[in-house]
Amino acid sequence: MPPNSYLHCSTSLGTDIISFSQVFKRYPGGYEALKDVSFTIEPGEMVFITGHSGAGKSTLLKLIAAIERVTSGTVLVAGQNVSSIRRPAIPFLRRNLGLVFQDQKLLYDRSAIDNVMLPLVVTGHPWRDAARRARAALDKVGLLERERANPIALSGGEQQRLCIARAVVNRPNILIADEPTASLDADYADAIIDMFRSFNQVGVTVLISTHDDRPIRKLNPRVLSLHRGSMA
Amino acid sequence: MRAWLRHHALSFAQTMRRFAANPFASLLNALVIGVALALPLGGYVLLANLQQFARGLAADPQISVFLAPEASKSDIAELDRRLRGTPGVTKVQFVGREQALAGLKRAPGMAELVASLRDNPLPDAFVATLDASEPELAVRLEQEIKSFPRVAHVQADSAWVQRVGSLLRFGRTAVVLMATLLSFALVAVTFNTIRLQILTQRDEIEVSKLIGATNAYIRRPFFYLGALQGIFGGLAACGIVALSIFVLNRDLAGFGTLYGADTNLELLGLMDGLAVLALAAALGWLGTFLSVSKHLYKIEPR
Repeated sequence: MPPNSYLHCSTSLGTDIISFSQVFKRYPGGYEALKDVSFTIEPGEMVFITGHSGAGKSTLLKLIAAIERVTSGTVLVAGQNVSSIRRPAIPFLRRNLGLVFQDQKLLYDRSAIDNVMLPLVVTGHPWRDAARRARAALDKVGLLERERANPIALSGGEQQRLCIARAVVNRPNILIADEPTASLDADYADAIIDMFRSFNQVGVTVLISTHDDRPIRKLNPRVLSLHRGSMA
Repeated sequence: MRAWLRHHALSFAQTMRRFAANPFASLLNALVIGVALALPLGGYVLLANLQQFARGLAADPQISVFLAPEASKSDIAELDRRLRGTPGVTKVQFVGREQALAGLKRAPGMAELVASLRDNPLPDAFVATLDASEPELAVRLEQEIKSFPRVAHVQADSAWVQRVGSLLRFGRTAVVLMATLLSFALVAVTFNTIRLQILTQRDEIEVSKLIGATNAYIRRPFFYLGALQGIFGGLAACGIVALSIFVLNRDLAGFGTLYGADTNLELLGLMDGLAVLALAAALGWLGTFLSVSKHLYKIEPR
């Protein structure tokens, strides 16, 4: 699929690729993580979500991938209403998203390339094709020579890059990263942010949460700022 | 469709690798299931043999009618006619006292005993074969024939056949009960194996859900694991029963030559064996289904 073909399929559904409207999220026990959050993101945008820890950044990203459900309000992703999505449809939603987690969620019982291949194996790609695409993804994040290594043997920065390779291997339209630079020193963090920028430059919509304002000063991107669950 | 088949092949290979990775634990699990299945299976095989044996002994119940020593030729003819006229009697055979003695002489170890007798102590007798369709007939006719003139003694030979019959029925019920109870054991063993496997693969399940694996995809390897474990258990059960029959036959061989009877125990047939494996696989599948329904859905990414 060419990198910006989503433009054609999303035109009939409006121009937004992600849209939140009056979203509230209350966790069991009464804690209000998000209060009346509304915004829209257009295809091909690169957006940063900032705020202190506990401001609701992770919750917001989890709502997009249906890892959490809204208490009220509407979340649309590529024209699909995620706030009312049925359970059997969730896997197919997630196949169009590339997710990068703060804690990486890598599997340590297999090699780096097997981790990257997982999204393709799950969707039933032929083995050889999956391996070829996984190598291409590893090459993009500069880990090709470590393909046989166990993730546990990789440094923190390398693990984060491996997680990015896994997120982009099935060429998603949307890339979502939750604090991808949180535990990295400045040089590593810059390299990671550059990587997201290069994906954005080929048309992928990128949404990154961070409490680190260095990349924002450097890139001057669009920023959504959260403060105690509300848009600031 | 091809992707689906590919994943089935992948699940199967993965399951075999998982067995190979923990050979000792897998072997123990198969043995536990094997022993649980071997008990009712062994009972079934023994029963089948016993049934065969009982059928060979007496197809139809018989009544032996012994005459009083003073019975004359006309008494015998009269009794023959009355027996033949009795409803339920299908065949009447006269065994004269000389004939009975000759028969006794032929029996192993009896010739010397017979030779030592001064005169023939045996009475004349009739053997009446009865209609087998009415089990209570022998008991009723035994009473009736006792009242005939010149009849000294009546013995229903069918009594012990009936006893064997009811014993076999009892055995069958016991085997069915045992099989039912131990099927639960098999389901429980599978349930726990799968639960442990789900817990070990917790991370993998969570990550798979995050990258878009469907529930059917995540479940599939576990079903293979449960069903294959059942089949391995079934194979173990067949092996245990075959070995037991082999050992028992060696002991029975001596017993058989002593009584001049064929006491060889038959092993279960191919179809029975396949049925056992199919049942074991089905029970493994059921245990997996219960375990997966209970445990897999609790693992949701946070």
